[in-house]
Amino acid sequence: MTESTHDRHPMTGNEMSPSAAGGIERHQYDVVVIGAGGAGLRAAIAAQEAGARTAIVCKSLLGKAHTVMAEGGIAAAMGNRWPEDNWEVHFRDTMRGGKMLNNWRMAQLHAQEAPERVMELEDWGALFDRTEDGLISQRDFGGHKYARLAHVGDRTGLEMIRTLQQRAFQLGIDVFMECTVTELLKDADGNGRIAGAFGYWRETGRFVVFEAPSVVLATGGIGKSFKVTSNSWEYTGDGHALALRAGASLINMEFVQFHPTGMVWPPSVKGLLVTESVRGDGGVLKNAEGKRFMFDYIPEYFKAETADTVEEADRWYDDKKNNRRPPELLPRDEVARAINSEIKAGRGSPHGGIYLDIASRRTPEFIRKRLPSMYHQFKELADVDITAEPMEIGPTCHYVMGGVEVDPDTELSAVPGLYAVGECSGGMHGSNRLGGNSLSDLLVFGRRAGAAAASYSDGLGGSRPAIAEQDVKAAEQSALAPFEVEGGENPYTIQQDLQQSMNDLVGIIREGAELERSLAEIEAFKERASRMKVEGHRQYNPGWHLSIDLRNMLIVSEAIAKAALAREESRGGHTRNDFPGPDPVWGSKNLVVTLNADGTGVELTEKPLPEMPDELKKYFE
Amino acid sequence: MGYELKMRVWRGDQSGGDLGDYTVEVSEGEVVLDALHRLQATQAGDLAVRWNCKAGKCGSCSAEINGRPRLLCMTRLSDFEPTETITVTPMRSFPVIRDLVTDVSYNYEKARELPGVELGPRDPDGKRRMMQVDVERGQEFRKCIECFLCQNTCHVVRDHEDNKPAFAGPRFFLRYAELDMHPLDTRDRRSAARETAGLGMCNITKCCTEVCPEGIRITDNAIIPMKERIVDRKYDPLVWLGAKIGLRNKDDDGRTEA
Repeated sequence: MTESTHDRHPMTGNEMSPSAAGGIERHQYDVVVIGAGGAGLRAAIAAQEAGARTAIVCKSLLGKAHTVMAEGGIAAAMGNRWPEDNWEVHFRDTMRGGKMLNNWRMAQLHAQEAPERVMELEDWGALFDRTEDGLISQRDFGGHKYARLAHVGDRTGLEMIRTLQQRAFQLGIDVFMECTVTELLKDADGNGRIAGAFGYWRETGRFVVFEAPSVVLATGGIGKSFKVTSNSWEYTGDGHALALRAGASLINMEFVQFHPTGMVWPPSVKGLLVTESVRGDGGVLKNAEGKRFMFDYIPEYFKAETADTVEEADRWYDDKKNNRRPPELLPRDEVARAINSEIKAGRGSPHGGIYLDIASRRTPEFIRKRLPSMYHQFKELADVDITAEPMEIGPTCHYVMGGVEVDPDTELSAVPGLYAVGECSGGMHGSNRLGGNSLSDLLVFGRRAGAAAASYSDGLGGSRPAIAEQDVKAAEQSALAPFEVEGGENPYTIQQDLQQSMNDLVGIIREGAELERSLAEIEAFKERASRMKVEGHRQYNPGWHLSIDLRNMLIVSEAIAKAALAREESRGGHTRNDFPGPDPVWGSKNLVVTLNADGTGVELTEKPLPEMPDELKKYFE
Repeated sequence: MGYELKMRVWRGDQSGGDLGDYTVEVSEGEVVLDALHRLQATQAGDLAVRWNCKAGKCGSCSAEINGRPRLLCMTRLSDFEPTETITVTPMRSFPVIRDLVTDVSYNYEKARELPGVELGPRDPDGKRRMMQVDVERGQEFRKCIECFLCQNTCHVVRDHEDNKPAFAGPRFFLRYAELDMHPLDTRDRRSAARETAGLGMCNITKCCTEVCPEGIRITDNAIIPMKERIVDRKYDPLVWLGAKIGLRNKDDDGRTEA
């Protein structure tokens, strides 16, 4: 808006250089981080601290990324509540939660480093809830043997993002807000290295080029491809798609987590997350007949560690040594499938969910103190007082386990200079993520990627990659294409049809024939999207922004559906009606997704899982 | 049940604009943001509006509804009569970019001027100890979702653009208060709050508290205690004398001036 009068962008203070060749603004950095959630901020902090000139580029205002919505807590074996807890137990819980498909090295690093990453947040000003001894409090969550989640009421994500944001400002990191990256740029020499990124300011529609030898993708997930989701508009699989187009590979894309508890009413908030802390703090699931049905759904795999009577389950909250966990706290995939079955069997609530009841089990004071956001959310949006009546909830698309295939120690992808962290990376969570392991994942691997990216850029010396001008031109033309179309379709309609299709055909329970149909439908959506049209001009135009994001949603949806069709078994966040059980053969391999030769779709290859060393295997005997 | 809602939505940019009249179908349980999204998807594809979480947690969708500063995602249509026309305008204290989207960079510039926390070393076992009752004061302020409705409403800047350079605003007074009340912070933030942030310009009309969607008692719990502590330091002759002869207020133990 003000480029004619200001040399610096009003939002960020960054130089606008409107007089640059072709009117495209240019910036040089050592490390560019795409995304400003927990992973992006932590990566940028690590890179800047390592001495790299670092920029963060994000689609929204700073502090609004999806991390802000995280509620329950950060999983870290600090042992503040249970001295018996340590990284080995956390590692074991994580691997078992992911049905052993996790990259073992990532799961190990994550469990070992999470406690120090949490302490660091405290050093930077985070105010966690405390134990009676004044230590950081830790709460129970599904799949974690001990109370392990550092938390602040049920707004832990807000605390984390604000702490990191304040730290990033203190370090003087440049932030390009409301700026969307549409393409990664590679070295003009043709040697495959990353050379930078191309994007546009949402505010003005003006293009911007970042020249940087290291790019860290931290763009989050893909939930917006599904109709019922807890994810915001930003979650369009940008990092996944950018990586594919740049030549990197994705793994585990068939594994999509449906969180068991999303709101089901009113319709406008359908899918909105209800934190797992409700169950961690004593809430139980009941069907329309008032039955605690989770006892009917304890899988063989978790039988030995799950309570099989109401009495034992209720004793566990106070005495964890002599009792087993309530089945409501099984990993998310198990609980979501159970809820789905109850609803299908006709034992659901009036609005098509089941009941989550904490009102009859805890005092109103306890509920308001431990779950203030949930209390507020239900009161304001659904007129439900959760201290007096049960909530109606149902599964909602929440998280993608799959993402960019990376080196576990450095988060480097197959493309030199391209790193990926957080939800847009793959491997850490295997086939199913445990609650609380996401926030810790962001911190542990964000820091590792930032440090590795800074060190790579530093090591290049004078041999930095250069951007090819024809690539910039091509990116520009591609972004503007929807303005050139005559009489095409509106992107909102295509997006809605895609969301409905993914929900119906690639949802919580899948089947071969439906997956084949979804792939055919995605092809048709791609065809329609090639002719979509946007109205208006380039200044803050959400229709145009969606048309660009939609391309990413389509390629990522194809990756999910294709991998889901190939994996003929059920495991974690991938359930096949036609292949109901896990298959040990499939349990030993990953499906790797890459862009096909002409760049119009994706293809799959199988790859054996990295083998766990013997000293770690002993935890699973 | 569903009905046809009449809306007036401000459309325009920095060069000017006007209220546009729309009729949009809405249904039970919806919020104002739903109605705007339906407008966007069916009648006005380029209608600019900021939003993210749609759950009152991110503070992106701040605007003025029938003149009241509110979050679009937390304002239910059932708060209005179905026959009532709902008027939506951008936040008034910030320059318009387009339609309902304003340039809130003032807030991010102020955020860059803020001090960070400075804690002493960790305990010998590598952990820190603080009691729940002591962190709760700061936790109230850290509930802030940075919707900037308080900044938008504050009289000091709402009608006096020229005050902006010297005035950080209620959102950032929260930050000073939070640091000041942090059990382990080692700095004394009082002069900074007065001199850099312009706390003295606040005349405690509590408008900020009234519009806070998180219910933070900005005036009572953050601004007034900070003002009292500054006054304490600035005017109290006993405190002045105490400081001169090396006696200190216990509250400031271990804190050095930032």
